[in-house]
Amino acid sequence: MNIELDASKCCCAQEKDEQKYKRFDSVISGYKDKEGNLIQILHYAQGIFGCISPELQEYIAEKTGIPVSKVHGVVTFYAHFSTEPKGEHIIKVCMGTACFVLGAKDIVDALSDKLGIGVGETTKDGKYTLEVTRCIGACGLAPVMTIDDVVYQQVDKKKVEQILNNEEVKEHE
Amino acid sequence: MSDKVFIKSADDLELVKDAFLKRLHNYKYRVLVCSGGGCVSANCHAVKNALLQAIKDNGIEDQVLVSETGCIGTCNLGPVMAVMPEEVFYTKLTPADIPAIVKSHLVDGNICQENTYYDIALQKRVSRLKDIEFFKNQVKIALRNCGSIDYSSIEEYIANDGYMAAAKALGEMTRQQVIEEVTNSGLRGRGGAGFPTGIKWKAGYEADGDEKYIVCNADEGDPGAFMDRSIIEGDPHSIIEGLMIGAYAIGAKKGFAYIRAEYPLAIERFNAALAQAREMGILGENIFSSGFNFDIEVRIGAGAFVCGEETALMASVEGGRGEPRQKPPFPFQKGLLGKPTIINNVETLANIPPIIFKGSQWYAGFGTEKSKGTKVFALAGDINNTGLVEVPIGMPLRDIVYGIGGGIPGGREYKAAQIGGPSGGCIPKEHLDTPVDYDSLTKLGAIMGSGGLIIMDEDKCMVDVAKYFMDFVQNESCGKCIPCRLGTKRMKQILEKITDGKGTPEDIDELEAIARDVTATALCGLGQTASNPILSTLRSFRNEYEEHVTDKKCATGKCKELVSYRVLAEICKKCGLCAKNCPATAITGSKEEPYEIDESKCIKCGICLEKCPFEAISTN
Ligand SMILES: Cc1cc2nc3c(=O)[nH]c(=O)nc-3n(C[C@H](O)[C@H](O)[C@H](O)COP(=O)(O)O)c2cc1C
Ligand code: FES
Repeated sequence: MNIELDASKCCCAQEKDEQKYKRFDSVISGYKDKEGNLIQILHYAQGIFGCISPELQEYIAEKTGIPVSKVHGVVTFYAHFSTEPKGEHIIKVCMGTACFVLGAKDIVDALSDKLGIGVGETTKDGKYTLEVTRCIGACGLAPVMTIDDVVYQQVDKKKVEQILNNEEVKEHE
Repeated sequence: MSDKVFIKSADDLELVKDAFLKRLHNYKYRVLVCSGGGCVSANCHAVKNALLQAIKDNGIEDQVLVSETGCIGTCNLGPVMAVMPEEVFYTKLTPADIPAIVKSHLVDGNICQENTYYDIALQKRVSRLKDIEFFKNQVKIALRNCGSIDYSSIEEYIANDGYMAAAKALGEMTRQQVIEEVTNSGLRGRGGAGFPTGIKWKAGYEADGDEKYIVCNADEGDPGAFMDRSIIEGDPHSIIEGLMIGAYAIGAKKGFAYIRAEYPLAIERFNAALAQAREMGILGENIFSSGFNFDIEVRIGAGAFVCGEETALMASVEGGRGEPRQKPPFPFQKGLLGKPTIINNVETLANIPPIIFKGSQWYAGFGTEKSKGTKVFALAGDINNTGLVEVPIGMPLRDIVYGIGGGIPGGREYKAAQIGGPSGGCIPKEHLDTPVDYDSLTKLGAIMGSGGLIIMDEDKCMVDVAKYFMDFVQNESCGKCIPCRLGTKRMKQILEKITDGKGTPEDIDELEAIARDVTATALCGLGQTASNPILSTLRSFRNEYEEHVTDKKCATGKCKELVSYRVLAEICKKCGLCAKNCPATAITGSKEEPYEIDESKCIKCGICLEKCPFEAISTN
């Protein structure tokens, strides 16, 4: 079975824990070869729960029969998995070579300044998490940043301000 | 129920091909809307919707076929579209442009000149694809279908001779013949190391074992590259076909495609293509009635650069931490689940079908004596035409930069090209005429790599660039072996010291020594090549390092700690904006007194430079 990323979309806000676990259980039981598919299972876990907490790691270990030490080892090895919850919106600045060359560092600084958080951190109100990412394949439009699924191109300090202001406006609509 | 036919032979493929071409023939125009990564980011879907609407409004639905296609290549001009059969190329479109284009071009037959491609170097519009400098000197083999077919249509893939190579291999060729053909083509792995593909397959074929695997490496680790992604998104069937031919050659029944999690679109399109192929019996049992069975499973990465390395990749496919291991045993001896495994890069596999279909001699006609065929590059950075290009191997770098790439923006000077990503190196101006092939690049301390080609102009600091890559590999080092874990960390610290203005000449020597040691002693390719960006910049730009440590200067102003700001009294109009905005109150002056910056207070934020309306602030 192949992972359907869509099916793992996070619905944290709308869903009760019970529903989440139910959804997740059906995913796990879909995999016959659980060990080989651990990473795929974790993708679902991250999608459904938003992060893979130590409790969830234990739960996965129990359900799959994989030692919790291994589950933990895999979760912490890969940058994609997070053990702590992230903000409502994820802001990512591309730090691929093209974006770096064209000034991605300034964008990170500007965002950091504006939001008052460092890379990898979440704002106090839980609204934004700031991350850097590798090439998102839009090098022709470098430097780029994304907020959730929206790509902003040829960003500079000024544009950062505009983008964040627009986000605020959207929030209040 | 679906209307897909079940393919049992090459003749069935011909039927699908004929039917598709006949259907296409019914349309007067075919509009290909680019849905590559860049254009999706630029919201090509809104343009496509506007197009469909305008076509409907004009009542010409039966005359125009609109399709989404893979990356056409001109990524900074998106959204773009090509109108066939005339090959008219429209760029920088907005949904608002569309009604006029539809009316004028598709209804009245007049090209909308003002929306067509603008050649920056020639300073004029060039409306047809075949006349555009950017495309003229490219040879598209791996990208043969990217930007020219509907990526989501298996019928159109077949109509372009897709799966014919697989049918030929399975139906008419022995496994040895397939391997021989690939060997004779001279194809070398496009994933970075450049190992001859035919020889690798032969090792896979000869390996003992009733179960073997073939794996497509779509981890695309180079942080500034998007070739593999574009191929999967724009022509997923070519990878399925390449894997199938490879599997037949080595004797595998199962394949894996390891795709990075960061590429959801590639995962989606590849899965859709797999489903189509299964539905038509092109994957599954008794393919082309040859008795050969084969299927492919997708495995998704989870964000670790080292997983592009083949032994780490296998560990990750097996569901574990993606840590590399010592070789030998090589994957062809002991790979996935302990079974013989052949791993190939996406672009390598995309080249296989044409090689089998058209023959090794045809393929070997491109390229140089020792490096055959073509190479795809992701061209980006300080260059007018950024995007995806495919050129015969051996094309001089100058032709790529100034011909296809259209030169450096703003009339600035070329400084270096970074090729090969974190494992690669920089090519300075003196070597602009170097042919881009495996051996010439290696001689210069760079590598062909997977195809990231980043151009940098005179404003870029090479020490800063080296620091960028070291930061990247240090972050991505899996920590298993000490040279890489500690060596990259130490090299990064030294580079930080140098760019912070605290370096000494001894630091440069130490940096170089560690770089060589890590290269010689690290466990896997990540560590073994991690020093390349440092060694290659030291080789071509040592003076820049020296300037940083002895003169405490960064000529480009990129290293903030080394920049000193000064008010140019002759230009200063004493408006006071700089002083007003300085967050450190480091600037003093008045209408009478000239403005001055107190270096001891200056925090080098650059705000004065930004705010001054008269360009009276100078750096260094
Ligand atoms: C650190 C590291 C990262 C790599 N990343 C990739 C990658 O992203 N994609 C790839 O195809 N090969 C990558 N490789 C090369 C693979 O190990 C392997 O050589 C390649 O996939 C073989 O395919 P090829 O012979 O078709 O090139 C990487 C190697 C190293 C050492
Ligand atoms: S480097 Fe940023 S999109 Fe490629």
